[in-house]
Amino acid sequence: MKLKGGIYWGSGCGGCDVAVLDIHEKILDVAEKVDFLFWPIALDFKYDDVRAMDDGEFDLVLYNGAIRNSENEEIAKLLRRKTKTLVALGACAHIGGLPSLANYHTKQSMFDRVYSETESTDNPDGTVPLEKSIVDGNGLELPRFYNTVKTLDQVVDVDYYLPGCPPVPQQIVNALTAVFNGELPPKGSIIGAGTRTLCDECPREKEEKEISEIKRPLNMIPDPEKCLLEQGLICLGPVTREGCGARCINSGVPCRGCYGPLEEVHDQGIRMISALASVLGPKEEKEIDAVLDGIVDPLRTFHRFSTAASILRRKMI
Amino acid sequence: MSERIGVYVCHCGTNIAGKVDIDKVVEFAKGLDDVTLVREYKFMCSDPGQSLIQKDIEDGLINRVVVASCSPLMHEKTFRNVCTRGGLNEYLFAMANIREQCSWVHVDEAQTTEKAKDLIEASVRRVALQVPLTKREVPINPQTLVIGGGIAGIQAALDLADAGKKVILIEKEPSIGGHMAKFDKTFPTLDCSACILTPKMVSVGQHENIELLSWSEVEDISGYVGNFNIKIRKKARYVDAELCNGCGACWEKCPGTRVPRKGNVHEKLSLGPTTSIYMPFMQAVPAIPVIDTETCIRFKNGKCGICAAVCERNAIKYDMEDEIVEFEVGNIILATGFQTFDPEPVKRYGYGRFDNVMTAIEFEIMNCASGNTGGKILMADGKEPKSIGIVHCVGSRDKHYNEYCSRVCCMYALKYSHLIKEKIDAEVYEFYIDLRCFGKGYEEFYDRLLGEDVRFVRGKVAEVTEVPIEEAEKGKLVVEVEDTLVGMVRRIPLDMVVLCTGLEAHESLPDVAGLCSVSIGKDGFVIEKHPKLGPVATATDGVFIAGCCQSPKDIPDTVAQASAASSAVLSMITREKIEIESATASVDEDKCSGCKLCNSLCPYLAIKYDEEKGVSVVNEALCKGCGTCAAGCPSNAISAKHFEDRQIFAEIKGILSA
Repeated sequence: MKLKGGIYWGSGCGGCDVAVLDIHEKILDVAEKVDFLFWPIALDFKYDDVRAMDDGEFDLVLYNGAIRNSENEEIAKLLRRKTKTLVALGACAHIGGLPSLANYHTKQSMFDRVYSETESTDNPDGTVPLEKSIVDGNGLELPRFYNTVKTLDQVVDVDYYLPGCPPVPQQIVNALTAVFNGELPPKGSIIGAGTRTLCDECPREKEEKEISEIKRPLNMIPDPEKCLLEQGLICLGPVTREGCGARCINSGVPCRGCYGPLEEVHDQGIRMISALASVLGPKEEKEIDAVLDGIVDPLRTFHRFSTAASILRRKMI
Repeated sequence: MSERIGVYVCHCGTNIAGKVDIDKVVEFAKGLDDVTLVREYKFMCSDPGQSLIQKDIEDGLINRVVVASCSPLMHEKTFRNVCTRGGLNEYLFAMANIREQCSWVHVDEAQTTEKAKDLIEASVRRVALQVPLTKREVPINPQTLVIGGGIAGIQAALDLADAGKKVILIEKEPSIGGHMAKFDKTFPTLDCSACILTPKMVSVGQHENIELLSWSEVEDISGYVGNFNIKIRKKARYVDAELCNGCGACWEKCPGTRVPRKGNVHEKLSLGPTTSIYMPFMQAVPAIPVIDTETCIRFKNGKCGICAAVCERNAIKYDMEDEIVEFEVGNIILATGFQTFDPEPVKRYGYGRFDNVMTAIEFEIMNCASGNTGGKILMADGKEPKSIGIVHCVGSRDKHYNEYCSRVCCMYALKYSHLIKEKIDAEVYEFYIDLRCFGKGYEEFYDRLLGEDVRFVRGKVAEVTEVPIEEAEKGKLVVEVEDTLVGMVRRIPLDMVVLCTGLEAHESLPDVAGLCSVSIGKDGFVIEKHPKLGPVATATDGVFIAGCCQSPKDIPDTVAQASAASSAVLSMITREKIEIESATASVDEDKCSGCKLCNSLCPYLAIKYDEEKGVSVVNEALCKGCGTCAAGCPSNAISAKHFEDRQIFAEIKGILSA
């Protein structure tokens, strides 16, 4: 019997959906084994179709995107109820992803910026989206926009995590194969990624580290053989799970951390801060400050993908 | 969970019970997960208190222990020992500090009680996750490093050496002796300083168990108690110590000038030769000169060479270079001593502006019979002063400079009065805030001075000026002071003013202390292990302190502390072995990605990279359990035993749970 599957897109860019399609001809193997009964980006099923299904009728649902608004949360809870196995697909569902960078703002400050302050805004009436509005006697309801972006597992119970921004197609294939063969690891595990950090699969030469200047990729061409961190680039490889095949690093771009932290690491960004701080070259406070001044926007650099899953979670309000 | 945690709440007399509602805390603790029994007692650290815990363990009632009492610094060891005696691994014990961190620092009783609960819950949650660890022992190297060759370092080195233990004594100056070698007489007994010091200096120089490295500085210290590795820089003397016999021909002929030969009497003060090749004073140990390269003509323009020419033993070596020597020692005694306060910033006292305002140290050198004035008290122009003012508390007991009392100034000031009265016919004024004559024979010495026609004026000197108001003040230094006993401002014209400059920790201390991981307080002196009960030890095992690096001291106190430090070291050496931290770090090889980030972090050089496995490895024999690598490890592959993430997070959750 064919498995029943669904893929949903919460607050994300759609890249994860595309990553599923990027498995190319293997999608046919998948289609042979799975009937997709819900996949908004590709198939025309409605929420009511899902509501009409029995609880636990889906065998597998891949949820990508973070929880940004009440619609994301509502559907997450609905799908949780309807599926046997729920997988958080991609960085946003896993650790908040880029959308959770919005947690350094508030709903109000974002609305102010987007609907009235940007250089290109032309909104003389100051119209902003409302949850309920009545135009010409017709009512319109929009999902509630939350102050804080959450990860999928902050609103529902998640069975597995398939990290990455987006996940490497081959890893999606591997994970699906595991599902088809019934070879899934214990609940709560990361699937489709390794157990060590990216440094393990990074081919660059590593020495003892001593960083005396922070550089940015835009103003240097890194040595192709040497560890990027040792060259002064902030590479989150040491705090990021392996599994992507070191694609960025092989192209001379430092890791930005999309695969998230290792097991039992409570906060990827803080880990990196503490790791980086421990290999700074200078010993005098002023010189240390001078090196640290080279880090542009540290909060968003270290927590680029993991703000929602971090200990801070958001800016204080 | 099968853990059975026993919680013991200490009243500490009224120290804790006075501010914390013990009954409420006990009730609260009874409700915590895994807690099987809760007891309270007046003094948990007392024998009956300890027996309570021991009995509960022996009776099989509990298998984990939390004591809510004072700081672990105070009694962690006590209660760990109780666990061991009861047959429980001591690492299954945790301490909640509800005294220093709670009852002593808060006012509101309700809040203090709540905080005590939080602290106890934190410890309970933590202890539930603690795991048994095994004790380890390492041998103690019987050799000791003494840093600083003043009277403190000399005494400590001699005590150890006389007991048959090897000592490496290092001194950054060309000779040992320190400040004491500059003094003529010592208070209150008026012993000749050189007479009592030089025999000790000579013993150091000749002792078979002492390796004396003068003109040397500590370059690096690594390792830990029992097994320190020391690197010492032997600065180039440019004189071969093996060949030199100290005949003095070199400095007699040297044309260089280290101490100016022209200028006034006060500018020319010196104990030893004023030439570029010199000995700091004639009784120097080792009696080997050194070349001052700043003023040596040979080093400035290469044109001289007289000292080498006159040296019959060819001991002068201009091409000598600094040498790094390495040692292994088991213990270290810090005896870096003091420097005197520089009064130049206190503009109103005119030091540096007026020829006849001098510091205490300059006055000591002038008084010293072996100095170049032959011990004569002279004004800058070489005449004998008719009146001298002694200003107390310069740079001490002054919130603009050092708040503390330097402890020796009152007494040396009285000594100056006596020396002046003994040597010349001059009027002497002592301007003091309080006279602190607290030591043995000190008050008696003050009493004696009262009979020597010294004028005591109680008041802090406002200004020393040369601007006269009256005829009698012309050509004099005028001290303006509020005489608080008479209740009026006085202007006293004088020929000479001596500033009793206070004592400060030596400028080299922060670097040396940093090398031994010893903390320095805000007053600039080393923080001792305990201000009352551990005055010669530091928070770093195997590092001890003696003399003025800990606080200003007179000679008797310094010598006593030096002997105490050496006795503490002897006690360590005699044990032969010492238990070291079991809470070491270890690498989970399955998680380690071999990023090498931790490799340079370890202060004890315990981490190596295993090329074959591609992972980093901690050598647990060298690991001190500082946790630096565990904090730095980005993969969480290194965990510090007894400080595992899960234990710390459990503790945090306990604190935040209420």
